[in-house]
Amino acid sequence: MDLYEHQARELFEEHGILVPRAEVTDSPKEAREIARRLGGRVVVKAQVKTGGRGKAGGVKLAADPAAAELTARQILGMDIKGHTVGKVMLAQPVDIESEFYVGYVLDRAAGRFLAIASAEGGMDIEEVAASRPEAVARVPVDPAVGVTSAKAAEIAEAAGLPPETVDVLVRLWGVLTREDAVLVEVNPLVRTARGQILALDGKVTLDDNARFRQARWGEQEAAHDDPLEAAAAAKGLNYVKLDGEVGIIGNGAGLVMSTLDVVAGCGARPANFLDIGGGASAQIMADGLSVILSDPAVKSVFVNVFGGITACDAVADGIVRALETVRLTKPLVVRLDGNNAVRGRAILDGRAHPLVQQATTMDEAAHRAARLAIAG
Amino acid sequence: MAIFLTKESKVLVQGMTGGEGMKHTRRMLAAGTDVVGGVNPRKAGRTVDFDDRAVPVFGSVREGIAATGADVTVVFVPPAFAKAAVTEAADAGIGLAVVITEGIPVHDSVAFHAYAATKGTRVIGPNCPGLITPGQSNAGIIPADITKPGRVGLVSKSGTLTYQLMYELRDIGFSTCVGIGGDPVVGTTHIDCLAAFQDDPDTELVVLIGEIGGDAEERAAAYVRDHVTKPVVAYIAGFTAPEGRTMGHAGAIVSGSAGTAQAKKEALEAAGVRVGGTPTETARLVLNRLESERVAAQG
Repeated sequence: MDLYEHQARELFEEHGILVPRAEVTDSPKEAREIARRLGGRVVVKAQVKTGGRGKAGGVKLAADPAAAELTARQILGMDIKGHTVGKVMLAQPVDIESEFYVGYVLDRAAGRFLAIASAEGGMDIEEVAASRPEAVARVPVDPAVGVTSAKAAEIAEAAGLPPETVDVLVRLWGVLTREDAVLVEVNPLVRTARGQILALDGKVTLDDNARFRQARWGEQEAAHDDPLEAAAAAKGLNYVKLDGEVGIIGNGAGLVMSTLDVVAGCGARPANFLDIGGGASAQIMADGLSVILSDPAVKSVFVNVFGGITACDAVADGIVRALETVRLTKPLVVRLDGNNAVRGRAILDGRAHPLVQQATTMDEAAHRAARLAIAG
Repeated sequence: MAIFLTKESKVLVQGMTGGEGMKHTRRMLAAGTDVVGGVNPRKAGRTVDFDDRAVPVFGSVREGIAATGADVTVVFVPPAFAKAAVTEAADAGIGLAVVITEGIPVHDSVAFHAYAATKGTRVIGPNCPGLITPGQSNAGIIPADITKPGRVGLVSKSGTLTYQLMYELRDIGFSTCVGIGGDPVVGTTHIDCLAAFQDDPDTELVVLIGEIGGDAEERAAAYVRDHVTKPVVAYIAGFTAPEGRTMGHAGAIVSGSAGTAQAKKEALEAAGVRVGGTPTETARLVLNRLESERVAAQG
């Protein structure tokens, strides 16, 4: 889960990293009050989980509290790359002498975290890395040791950062490990004219797998912008809304991704990703069907199940029982393959629902579902 | 022969007495796996009856190895305990730890992968279905009865796509199928499996299944180009996955241009790997390739 800038700022502060004074609000009126508290002149920053907000007009300097209110009014509600701005952060402006980049990212290939640091902060680090790779230091961190002062000094040295950044590098490692983050980034980390090292902007991505031991995140439950995704999440379904017209239900993330591709290959567009996992019980099938059928864009539904651990007859029973509770309004194409596929298909045939048809292969089923969607 | 797992493998199950552990231990035994014990400190000294076999429960992996000569452990413990379980197994000197557990925090898996490497323990997973050498042994949750022994090796990030391909090629059969797992960091990679299959006399051809996210498939492609002489057929899932969204697997997320299915397909094809457009077409490519090898061998 990605945190908003103001949440990242809060974490940095808790871990002893200096940050500019700032407050967050969703109200222009309150923005005026905040600006007054912060000394009048403030930077107004859109809180969105995407990059490039500066270019999109989501970061502006306001000279006084009245201007802060006006600017907040302009930025709130703004659309930045598909993200609606719900909150702005108002921060005290900082007298910047130099800007750096520091962060820790997961190096999948090496199976460990990598410190990334550069004396050229403030810009898109990926662009710097692409155009001038020698300006970006990459230092692997041994998970058994972590970032000690000595390690931090090595990172700072490799990137050409001043020695005052060593303490920040150690504390930032604390944010990464103690908060169970998979990414932390400070860009820019600045040295002010008065010689202070300040984290001006930051990005933190938390590990969803660590929720069980990070109690505070319960309140920061990932907001689902899409109502269908919110409904699916409430039912515990692994659902992602897409822009097409063929509803997809399958078991296993890989098989469902493959199903989306095969449907797209037939000239239709998948309406969603929905992985119902290994069990495929009647309840989860009913929940999945009801979410998909409530999507007005859906014209047909493709149920693609491979019977491995759960045999196809059990899956077919699940579908039949799901059809008792969910009123089917769109044609359903079912492909059952694997263990007990013949018995599973016979169970569905026996139910003889007028809107349900079967195909024996994934490719054939995808073609049918695509044709129905295009015709429908 | 096969890779990593044979009928000689003696298998411990950490978390055997839990619900999933019980269910899959029964299935592993039915598939011929030599399950020599479970590990649970609170139930040490007891035995658990699985149909006609009584399996002892040991207090630690070390005790289990001492009593049985076990060389493989399959880990079913909940995410909060997985790091301790793998660390314990590595300390006890186990050769292979197959971590089925899904949802392990990445800091924990980074830590146990690094630790296991210092002890010479191979880790498969986490968040994986395990591996099977059909007709010999099954360590994990792969359904054993959808295929048969044969001469194709398979390595995959995805469980159900593995099953799909195993089933499509059930008349040909497999030497070993390895589900390496869908997490961002896994212990055994496509490359490790390609290297092992290349050296395995029982494997004639390798099927590689990948999906969006990371660059494991691109690196596997470079490895195939430089080191693999056996034919390799691949399938990649996730062409239609939108950027920046997670599709079930924690590792299956595309950021920017890197990690797209298209980039992976192109890298593999540039290395001489045939890439199927669908699982079924991939199976057909395997059959064609085996057929042409046979014709070439005769002619």
